[in-house]
Amino acid sequence: MVTETMGKIPEVALESVSKRYRSGSPVLENISLKVQRGEFVTFLGPSGCGKSTILKLVAGLSPVSEGTVRVNGMTPENARQLVSFVFQDATLLPWRTVEQNVGLGMELEHAARPARRQRVERMLELVGLEEVARRYPRELSGGMKMRASIARALVSKPSILLMDEPFAALDEMTRDRLNEELLRLYAEQRWTVLFVTHSVAEAVFLSSRIFILAAHPGRVAHEIHVDLPWPRNAETRDSAAFEQQVNHASRLLRGIYQA
Amino acid sequence: MKKQGLLAIRSLAVILCLLALWQAVVSLNHLPVYLLPGPLVVARALVERFPSLLDSLVITTEEAAGGLAASIVVGVAAAMVFAQYRWIRQLLYPYTILLQTVPIVAIAPLIINWAGAGIFPVTIVTFIICLAPIIANTTHGLVSVDENLVHLFLMYKASPVQVLFKLRLPNALPSLFTGIRISAGISVIGGITGELFAGSTQVGEGGLGYAILYANSQMETGYLFALVLAASALGFFFFFLVMFLEWLALHNWHESIRPDAAE
Repeated sequence: MVTETMGKIPEVALESVSKRYRSGSPVLENISLKVQRGEFVTFLGPSGCGKSTILKLVAGLSPVSEGTVRVNGMTPENARQLVSFVFQDATLLPWRTVEQNVGLGMELEHAARPARRQRVERMLELVGLEEVARRYPRELSGGMKMRASIARALVSKPSILLMDEPFAALDEMTRDRLNEELLRLYAEQRWTVLFVTHSVAEAVFLSSRIFILAAHPGRVAHEIHVDLPWPRNAETRDSAAFEQQVNHASRLLRGIYQA
Repeated sequence: MKKQGLLAIRSLAVILCLLALWQAVVSLNHLPVYLLPGPLVVARALVERFPSLLDSLVITTEEAAGGLAASIVVGVAAAMVFAQYRWIRQLLYPYTILLQTVPIVAIAPLIINWAGAGIFPVTIVTFIICLAPIIANTTHGLVSVDENLVHLFLMYKASPVQVLFKLRLPNALPSLFTGIRISAGISVIGGITGELFAGSTQVGEGGLGYAILYANSQMETGYLFALVLAASALGFFFFFLVMFLEWLALHNWHESIRPDAAE
């Protein structure tokens, strides 16, 4: 009984949320949406539509102007323990080695050293970085830095991942590969993911649901259910169904850019 | 290796040519020693008066190093307060610019009035002129942290102390070293300026500044040149010492120092 009611609480819920900064027009206006546990949701839209702002609100890094945000039924500030944020840049500390970066969160929580080392090692293995554990970020490629950033986000065993254009700066081949790896990890760990991107193909490939946002003010213009079969892999991109979904989403997005 | 050897030989040749030219100008024009001593006279003064020169050098080194060290401690502490409390920064930061614009030559006599003569007041003069670059650079480094990194620490529920010591201070290290490099150069100038006013409590004893003043009054121009040379060498030494420490602290990770630069 208890688990059943718990299952009905959406992992992330925004209700009539508006966000405006002190001066100027609203960034987000009257946004309501629910994300169920284990869903992979993508936000797609032109710059200025406030897609990154949504993630900041969910993370509690920025207060809403109106409306409420609930994360697992709690305020975003109280739910931070469940949430990990992956930023657009890898945001690694340049003076720390890869393993020291990945272990940062546990270090700040004063976790015992052996437990920390073990967990960090496991995460580095998961993203395929065990070889470069002792290297400094400047010695890594863009893709490796992003892997390290993801490993750092996974250390705290989050149930919700917020990803703000994490692969935007990478070349297409690297981005595709990291997309596939991300889905492999997602299949194992079943986080709830809120993912922001500019790329239609990336959005279709990754998510079960896409929110297409319009700008000035930022609002949800379309919601697409992506019914591509799981598991998705490199072959998925070659399928006709994939192409169809991408075209559909592109058409909707084009309508927004033209409006 | 071969290329570096050639370079060293060339630099040496340039120095020897300049010295020869200097000697030639002095010898051919029969310039009196008190006006412009030749390099040979300076070299002889350097050797003959080496013990007293060394004494002066040690005193000036103590003053410059003491003032510099004090300015680093006080400057970093002040910068940390400025970085933590915006209102204090807004209230007091303008005065650090005042610290930089105050003509040290004008207030040195005042400081000597208050603190007497000898090593201590000169160290204070050095401290004052070293302070502003340290505060300005360190504050800049502490404050200019990538916003996303601050957010990351927020997500980890890091305490303000953790943010300061694990994020802001390491982030400020390169700027701090820039400040120290600037201050290391001027610390020797500060020491010598101070000594011009209050270098000695006893006649015949004091740092390089005092010795320069004394040598000038005695028309020992050869020794004067040797002292100036020693002062420049001290500044050089400070500068490269700081460069070395900077390399030690940053070479692993900072972009200003390339991993393959040694090639």
